[in-house]
Amino acid sequence: MNGAQNQARDDRRPMAGQSPRDAAETPEGPRPGDEYAGDERAVLEAPDINRALTRIAHEILERAKGPEKLLLLGIPTRGTILARRLADRIEQVEGQPVAFGSLDVTMYRDDLRLKPARALGRTDLPTEGVDGRIVVLVDDVLYSGRTVRAALDALNDLGRPTAVRLAVLVDRGHRELPIRADHVGKNLPTSRAETVRVCLAETDQRDAVLLRGGLR
Amino acid sequence: MTYLLTGARLLGGAPRDILLDGGVVAEVGEPGRVDAAGATRVDADGLVALPGLVDLHTHLREPGREDAETVASGTAAAALGGYTAVHAMANTSPVADTAGVVEQVWRLGRQAGHCDVHPVGAVTSGLAGRQLAELGAMADSAARVRVFSDDGVCVSDAVLMRRALEYVKAFDGVVAQHAQEPRLTEGAQMNEGAVSGRLGLTGWPAVAEEAIIARDCLLAAHVGSRLHVCHVSTAGSVEILRWAKSKGWDVTAEVTPHHLLLTDSRAESSPVGPYNPLYKVNPPLRTDADVLALREALADGTIDCVATDHAPHPVEDKETEWPAAAMGMIGLETALSVVQEAMVETGLLDWAGVADRMSARPARIGRLTGQGGPVEAGAPANLTLFDPATRGAVDPGGFASKSRNTPYQGMTLPGTVVATFLRGRPTVFEGKLT
Amino acid sequence: MNRHLLSTSDLSRDDALLILDTAEHLAQVADRSIKKLPTLRGRTVVNLFFEDSTRTRISFEAAAKRLSADVINFSAKGSSVSKGESLKDTALTLQAMGADAVVVRHGASGAPHRLATWVDGSVVNAGDGTHEHPTQALLDAFTMRRRLGDLDGRRVTIVGDVLHSRVARSNVHLLHTLGAQVTLVAPPTLVPVSMGDWPCEVSYDFDAVLPKSDVVMMLRVQHERMNASYFPSAREYSRRYGLDPERLGRMPEGAIVMHPGPMNRGMEIAAEVADSGRSTIVEQVTNGVTVRMAVLYLLLSGSEPAIGGTQ
Repeated sequence: MNGAQNQARDDRRPMAGQSPRDAAETPEGPRPGDEYAGDERAVLEAPDINRALTRIAHEILERAKGPEKLLLLGIPTRGTILARRLADRIEQVEGQPVAFGSLDVTMYRDDLRLKPARALGRTDLPTEGVDGRIVVLVDDVLYSGRTVRAALDALNDLGRPTAVRLAVLVDRGHRELPIRADHVGKNLPTSRAETVRVCLAETDQRDAVLLRGGLR
Repeated sequence: MTYLLTGARLLGGAPRDILLDGGVVAEVGEPGRVDAAGATRVDADGLVALPGLVDLHTHLREPGREDAETVASGTAAAALGGYTAVHAMANTSPVADTAGVVEQVWRLGRQAGHCDVHPVGAVTSGLAGRQLAELGAMADSAARVRVFSDDGVCVSDAVLMRRALEYVKAFDGVVAQHAQEPRLTEGAQMNEGAVSGRLGLTGWPAVAEEAIIARDCLLAAHVGSRLHVCHVSTAGSVEILRWAKSKGWDVTAEVTPHHLLLTDSRAESSPVGPYNPLYKVNPPLRTDADVLALREALADGTIDCVATDHAPHPVEDKETEWPAAAMGMIGLETALSVVQEAMVETGLLDWAGVADRMSARPARIGRLTGQGGPVEAGAPANLTLFDPATRGAVDPGGFASKSRNTPYQGMTLPGTVVATFLRGRPTVFEGKLT
Repeated sequence: MNRHLLSTSDLSRDDALLILDTAEHLAQVADRSIKKLPTLRGRTVVNLFFEDSTRTRISFEAAAKRLSADVINFSAKGSSVSKGESLKDTALTLQAMGADAVVVRHGASGAPHRLATWVDGSVVNAGDGTHEHPTQALLDAFTMRRRLGDLDGRRVTIVGDVLHSRVARSNVHLLHTLGAQVTLVAPPTLVPVSMGDWPCEVSYDFDAVLPKSDVVMMLRVQHERMNASYFPSAREYSRRYGLDPERLGRMPEGAIVMHPGPMNRGMEIAAEVADSGRSTIVEQVTNGVTVRMAVLYLLLSGSEPAIGGTQ
């Protein structure tokens, strides 16, 4: 077994500070544990993230014409956190709670057989389900689009929403499927050799979006 | 042919030149002092010379299961293992329970010529445990049977056992008992102990062997006959034998090489994986404590001899799930190496002791003449040259036996048989069949 | 790499928890209208049953189908096996058919271990002789965890024919791994003679253990054991080792009653007990599908299994 595979095995359990899904989305790209030439640099800091989420919250509300039919579904792990934060902001603005939950898409991924079997994330849905709701899928980074494709399939098995929208904190490009986000915190042009890492206070002790340079 | 074995360590002692001529040992002398003009010289420097080994317990499978072994292949394996005589067990098909069958086996052995074959006669007809076989006819036949055994099954009926013990006195025969109380071992798969409990395999309790041995010792004492106990496998059996011998009763016993080296833990973890029936044997492999007691007993003479219980089985009878597999393992070609590992390397026996336990005593129990040594001027030239300095992986591919069910696969063992002489003629030379 | 589930003793605590956590997530699927997941599309699972066990086979079949695997049921009865084909030849046949997993139930202890040496796919032990039944233990642990929470320090009493029970063996290992304290209760004839290193206590006195049990698991008693003199009569067994309403009343509050099924009502367990609110027997069946889904998912979904570590 070489080192890279060893590292990949470890990925099957979620680790603090490292989303295994990010690695999964870049089968040919860098993996956790690879050595990088440059240092990590922050492309978004906590206040930037805060502002971006506030803006996205307003956009979502405006597009949905109110919070009543909204259901924010985060894709674990960091998408779930972002969905909760967006829900909090919408509640602050509207004075009434908005439904939110999480949607694990692991079982629907198309790259399962490329990596060791992995642990599942949580799926939490309101008891009313998704039928007739405006579902906003929330994720941290939009990259190949394959995670979102899996999420759409998962949603399809759960019911029939009126509409499905997509909100992401960072869109780093390099789409492999015809998918685009409705709400984007920051468009971040990257090369495939770079890694984007989203840190959130709930899991990573601080808010930041970090970019690491290409492979050495 | 005349052979001069130069520098051989006779019974592991000082180097000697040994001259074999006319089927007998012509002379044994200091190196360079033996006059051997015209003799073929065999460099035996560093090799141990032992009297030809004698096995009291071999399954040659012929007639009936020639797919597993034949008299020819089994005796070839015996010669390669250093044996010059084997006792062929009676559980063939048809069973060796008549003069006709035992003479057939005896003749097949003479034709093959690798070593002497002494058929064992069945105690009861068809090994069925109901009626005595024609023991006298077998004793009087050309095969001159002296050892009788239902090996594979126990003569469990106490009355029948008593009668057999009594009856064979007439021709100085001996009953070799496969000690296994049948009711206590119904469906038994392996030693009953911690490992069988974990593996969920039906246990073969030590008491099932010990109870029969105790009973048979008492019976033999009562009727004043001699008893031989096959493949003793437990520490408790050793205690009973020690007690019987202390009484002066004529009881002898054998232990197999595998019971001197292997334990039931092999069923759980081994080089060939768990539940591998290569380790399934009857009586089963026991525990460390049993192995140590058996070694001790062989060293102090409580157990008289080593007998292989060489039990060939075709591949399909071992490549199965454990309970479906046949019991038994082959052992002729590895016996001396295993004894070196278990007894010599541990300091329990010297080579003279090995010669006693693997040649002299089994020959005496079987009432063989011309086998069992000693290697001295005038004696039949049955001997084995053994190199104890080698050490190598066991390779079943090179075996002469038709079967490959060796439990030593994947293990390294010491020693190699270099040559075997049967009445002055090499059956094995430079490690190969002649 | 160990790609099989042969014994619960091969499972580390992390492995066991991963299976139970995965099952917890998958339990949600059972509650939705579309119960199918696409995860094992294109994978083939063979149910190779040498013993009749409809309930276990159906459970595995449902689990595999909910994950979209192709399922082939191979019952040894009436097949080439009953005509004398060896286990090895059967294994080679399945291998040639491209089985990604073989779920095997066999009357011989260790048969799945042997099978695993002959096939490339994953082997899942669905009960081997009197050895183990790992997925039963996993579903039992899953059921306990749902009712009682963390199993660490929980006192589990397993009552019945321990000697011949694959359920007991698998449960002892797994529950010990998960931190529970296991006590086996049986007549002395029905426990192994030597069980020195089993990580559990053994008692012959049900009534003494009962008040100190968070879980009481009753094992099925085969009628043929009675004929083999393991105990004098069904009535005596039932009196000494059966769980009746009176004994149920002496269990601690919140303690649960389990049974792997099929039950002998009136023998090891009274009907009122089996049907009481403390009984988890129906849940165990439901949870069986979920836990088996988790096992198949973790063994088959990735490029290599997520459980078992290296071997």
